[in-house]
This record gives sequence, C-alpha cells and structure tokens, in this order.
Amino acid sequence: MEILNDDHQMVADAAAAYLSKSHPITAFRALRENSAAQGDTRAILTEFAELGWMGILLPEEVDGADFGARAAGVIAEEIGRNLTVAPFLSTAVLSASLLRQTGGTALSEWGAKIASGAAIVALALEEGAKHRPGRITTTLTQTGDSLTLTGRKSFVVDGSGADRLIVVAQSVEGLALVLVDPAAKGCVITPQLLLDHRNAALVHLDEVSVPKEAVLATGAAAQKALDHALCLGRAVTAAEQLGVAKAAAEQTFEYLRTRKQFGLLIGQFQALQHRAADLYCELEQTSSLIARALNAIEAGSDEAEALSRAAKAKMAHVGQQATEEGVQMHGGIGMTDEMDLGLFMKRDRALTEFLGDAGCHTEWLLRHRGI
Amino acid sequence: MTDLAQFRQETRDWLATHCPAEMRTPMGENDICWGGRHFVFQSSAQKEWLDVMAARGWTVPGWPKAYGGGGLSGPEQKVLAEEMARINARPPLQSFGIWMLGPALLHFGTEEQKRHYLPQIARGEIRWCQGYSEPGAGSDLASLQTKGEDKGAYFEVSGQKIWTSYADKADWIFCLVRTEPDAKKHTGISFLLFDMASAGVTTKPIKLISGASPFCETFFDAVQVPKGQIVGARGQGWTIAKYLLTHEREMIGGSDAAIFAKTDLIADASQAIGLDDTGRLDDPMMRAELGRFLVDEMAFDAHVDMTRAYMRAGNELGARSAELKYLGTELNKRRQSLRVAAGGADDLVWEGPANDAGQAAQDWLRSKGNSIEGGTSEVMLGILSKAILNLPS
Repeated sequence: MEILNDDHQMVADAAAAYLSKSHPITAFRALRENSAAQGDTRAILTEFAELGWMGILLPEEVDGADFGARAAGVIAEEIGRNLTVAPFLSTAVLSASLLRQTGGTALSEWGAKIASGAAIVALALEEGAKHRPGRITTTLTQTGDSLTLTGRKSFVVDGSGADRLIVVAQSVEGLALVLVDPAAKGCVITPQLLLDHRNAALVHLDEVSVPKEAVLATGAAAQKALDHALCLGRAVTAAEQLGVAKAAAEQTFEYLRTRKQFGLLIGQFQALQHRAADLYCELEQTSSLIARALNAIEAGSDEAEALSRAAKAKMAHVGQQATEEGVQMHGGIGMTDEMDLGLFMKRDRALTEFLGDAGCHTEWLLRHRGI
Repeated sequence: MTDLAQFRQETRDWLATHCPAEMRTPMGENDICWGGRHFVFQSSAQKEWLDVMAARGWTVPGWPKAYGGGGLSGPEQKVLAEEMARINARPPLQSFGIWMLGPALLHFGTEEQKRHYLPQIARGEIRWCQGYSEPGAGSDLASLQTKGEDKGAYFEVSGQKIWTSYADKADWIFCLVRTEPDAKKHTGISFLLFDMASAGVTTKPIKLISGASPFCETFFDAVQVPKGQIVGARGQGWTIAKYLLTHEREMIGGSDAAIFAKTDLIADASQAIGLDDTGRLDDPMMRAELGRFLVDEMAFDAHVDMTRAYMRAGNELGARSAELKYLGTELNKRRQSLRVAAGGADDLVWEGPANDAGQAAQDWLRSKGNSIEGGTSEVMLGILSKAILNLPS
C-alpha cells in the first residue's frame, strides 16, 4: 500500500514499464550465458543516463536530475524485481553521493560523466569478508610532495572495468576519500564474478601514486560524506532487495494458485496459505520501513541513520524468508536453474552482505539505544 | 499562511487554553475515559476535557458535524493529532462506539439512526458493547445461534453471547442475532441495537489468567427489541459485522491501541540485567532477541504510519486491517514476553507493593489474548490468503 506522490509514482511507472520490457530477467539470463558480456554493466549506462537515473542524486549544475532518495529507491526496487544488471548502486548512488558532498573539480568532472552515462565509478571500501567501515587499514601516505595509497580492497562492486575508484583509506588527517585511476601504476584489479553474476573486484594498491587533487576529502569531512553515502546506500540497497523479494513472493503466490497435488491446488492447503500470508505481511511492513528510511534521508532527519540501518537489517531477514519460502513452496522445481527462484535467492544473498548484514546493523541499533 | 498552517495555529492556541494541565500527563489503563451513564470521572479535569472536546466535535474529529463530529478533513485530523501529541494531551474519550459502531452506522445506518445514536457516542453519553461471539461460535462466528424471533412490533431475542468486552459496564449493545432461521448461515443474521437495561439481559464477568475481567458472558432471555433498532436490512447483519470487524482490527492492530501496555523495553531490560564492561547488556542472548525485536518494532511503527496515510488519502483498509491486526498483536506478545524475561524473578510478583503490584506479569498474561480477540492470527492469515493473495479455498 505504498503511498507515493505524483512525481515518485511517475518514476515508478516509468521504471516498471522500461525495465520489464528492455531489461527483464530473460535479459539477465542472456547476459549470464554470454561470457564476453559477463559482469559488463556498461551497455546499459547510456539508457539509464537518458532516463535521468545515473544523475538521480546529482545536482543540476552537472546535469543531474536531483530527484532525491525516495526516487532512487523506487528505481532500485524495479531493478531488483527485474534482476537488471546496472551500475546503479555503485555509481549513481554511492559514488555520486560522495562526489556531491565533497564537491570541487571532481564533482564537476566525474559527476558530469556519471550523469551522462560516460563513467562507472566504483567504491573501494571493504577490506574483509564482512562490512566494517570503521576498520580501514589501507593507507594514504605523504612522502615529501607525493601521496601514495597502499592496501587491499575487496567486494568492490562494479570495480572491474570501472573508470575510477573512490578508495577509502586512513591518512594522518584521519579518514580519506581518494579518487583513483584503476590504470595507475601499482593498482591491480582482479575481476571476480559473484554467485549473482555481478562483478565485484579485488583491488590491490601497491604504493599507487595519487595527485593532491584526487583527495576528495579527509578527516571529519571524509567521515561525514562516507556516513551519509552509506546511509543512503543501505536504504537504496534495501529497496532493490525488496524488489527481488517481492518478485520471488509473487512467483510463489502464483504457483500456489496453479500447481495441483493430491487432486487439489496446493494453495488450498492451510499450512501453505498461512506461510504465504505471513510472508506478505512481512513484505508490507518492510516496504513501509524502507520508504520511511528513504523519506527521512531526503528530509535530513536525525532518525535517518537508525531507520536506514533498521531497513537494511529487516530486509535481510525478510529477503531470506521470501527466497527460501519460494524455493520450498515450489518444491523440486524450485531448485532448478530453469526457474527464477534461485536467481532471486542468489541476488538476495549478495545484497544482504553488501553494506552490512542484519547482525551488523542490529548491533549498531542496540549500541545506539544504550545497551 | 496556508489554510492548514492557520488551522494548526488556531488548534494550538485552542488546546493551550482548553486542555487542563492534569490531562497532559501519561495515561495508564485506569485513566481512560470511556464515558457512559455510569462512568465515574476520576477528576473534574477529566470531565471538563471531555465536555469541551465534545462541544467542538473533536472526540470524533472526522465525523460530520451534523452527527456530533468535527467535520475535519484528513489533513486537519492529522494536524489535530499532532498538536494533541505535542502537549501530551490525553484522548478525551475512547469507546467501542467511536471505533466500531460509529463507522458502521455512518456506512449502513438510516439518517434517523445517525442523528440519534452518533451524537450520544460523540458526547460520551452512551457506552456500547459488542455482542458477537457465542460459546459455540468463536472463530466460526457466522454459526451464531442467538435468535431474534419476529413478534410483530419487536424482535424477541434469546441466547447467549461470550467475550462481550465490558458488558457489565455498557449501556447499550450492538448485537448479531439470527432473525431468519430458514436462510443460509451468513444471510440469516441481523444487526440489532438495544439497551442493556432491557428486561431479560444479564451479564457475568469472566476472570482471565491475568486476574482481570475485561470480558463477560451475556445472557438474553426473551429481550424485546423494537423493529426500528435494526441497522441495515434483515439478514444483512453479516455484511455489517464484517465491515465493523475491519475497524476493530485496525484498532487492535494500531500501535497506540489501548490494550497494549507501552513500556520502554530497553530501559527495563537494562535496569534489570545491567551492562557488561563493554557497555552491552549483560545477557548476549537476550540482547540479540531485543535487537531483532527493535528492528521489527520500527518496521511495524513505519507500517502503522503508512497505513494511516493510506486511509487519510481516502482509501478503505478493508481486508488489510487483518495484516495490522496480525503483525501488531504478535509483536505485542513478543514485547511482553521479553519484558518478563528481562524482569526475571521480579516480574513473577503477583501481589504486593513491589514492582508495580504485578503489572508486568498481568500485562504478559493479558497479551496472550491479543492474537485471539477480534479474530485469531490464524483467521487473519486465512483472510489475507484469500482476500489479498487470491489463494484458492
């Protein structure tokens, strides 16, 4: 029962129509089978840019649409529903947010390139298997006049083939955000394909020399920009995951209406009806929580961080419920690659880990509440 | 200034002048103003607050003025609620008349019935109870057997109701009665209104596991109900009952529902269990459960808010009230279970001066009924699977 204003409703309708026609799940399957195109998300950039989606969070001076967090969430939900492969979260949400907040020439140049679909900019944040943005060990070191970056980054979504990386590092001035050319000497990108057939590179930085103007921000300014980008990123990621979960649930509800066993439609069995209805209720309240988080971010509310963390945590639980129930209620056929359930399950798993799982954010909420 | 901003300013000024200071403090279950012929006001402030609000139509701000309401638009109602919350103003009146019968009368009542009954509800003059469940008709409500025999000018009602909330305190009852014995199960029921002081009506409170007696058994022995006191047509009772139940479920499911004891679970747990050296609750398993609860509570609060916006936009909630009822009551059961688990032996206290005289234990036990009253969780899931998910029956 989502309540959207007219503008958001228009974005939602346009996204649903365009993605289900031009980039539906069958397109994802085709991409998956084509090894040359595997993990390549560039083809879709131009179309997304024409729709104004790559610049959805960028200001008008770099030709952004400046449409706000809720609109980004609305688009992400449809991307999730269609399993569309696009550098939306990495580039249009996370990197665009960091560039916008840190401003300067980097925003003029790379913000404009993102908005026009001319660049993929990936965020090189994680260093281990779990999301721990407070434990960065990659270093930005100053020796005389030269600045160098050294460290190892993992789970760099859309990192292979990216035009720039925004590397999160430690410096003498505290946290630093550095715009890095992946072709720079000492920067080695190792492509990896994840279970959801998205690319997430390993990045080795071995004394990579960076010019001074590539440092977007340091210290408190860098921390503030990163915190805000992650806040936004979590809520939009949860929105994409909601789209995945809703699609899995809808396919499952349809199966309950049509599959016969023991001479009955299996949707007649109360054991399945109640589980299906419980899943529906969970999806409904999670949808409301994600909407509230996105609205709070857009309004600059003090509650935005807690809400975005709660939304990410809740969505992790409900995404798992939707995809697991989907496979189980389909029975054996749900385990086959021919059905979409497995695709939803794999994408859901990756999105749960991306920017932190339920445990990570619940821990923060408990700390926030003083226990 | 926009009209709404002006309305906000006027409302704020009016409340500042008219809401007594005593009515701006947190409200316990015993502080609720239910109204009715026999209601004993706790204070002159409680009566004064009811009277000034009723005179303005703000006990039922969304009802038309002609029926004792405030005639406020959706956005205006939101402003009023916000301005009342801002100064912690208590609701001046709560009742089944407001939550349940009123909406049904507005939808199905005759003009004469609306003009007669609704203002009495708005002014808190008549306290209503709901005669639905019977000993043999619980979840299968439509199998009810209380009969209303056609005696010309009146129906003669005989039978027994159960789980009638506050029947012993109510002035009138809205009651489901089988008036068409030859019709099918769902089409033989009528919706009657009658005075609980009528000859032949008796009530007997039921003591619950919590020790309280919010429900009664209600007996009807040849009660005469004038024909004009039927709402809708003969045999239309089930349709009206279902409509009214969606409002009851909205009320039970809403996070500010009167039956949910709101407590600060985190503060209670932290006080009872204490923190470890790292500042975390000194019980990792309990802490993990609280974390999961916190996230679910935030989701539910967001959903209640979204639902209100949905209704303010002019939508009827319909079957979706079942989703609020299911989520809200299951969540409250978890809240109360976590609360007594955190309280440990202290929350075993049943009588005695300590620990709020056993309030936690009583709230915990009372909460077990939340997922039964107003339709069980299983009935809610059944409604959703059919009405929303279109699963086959």
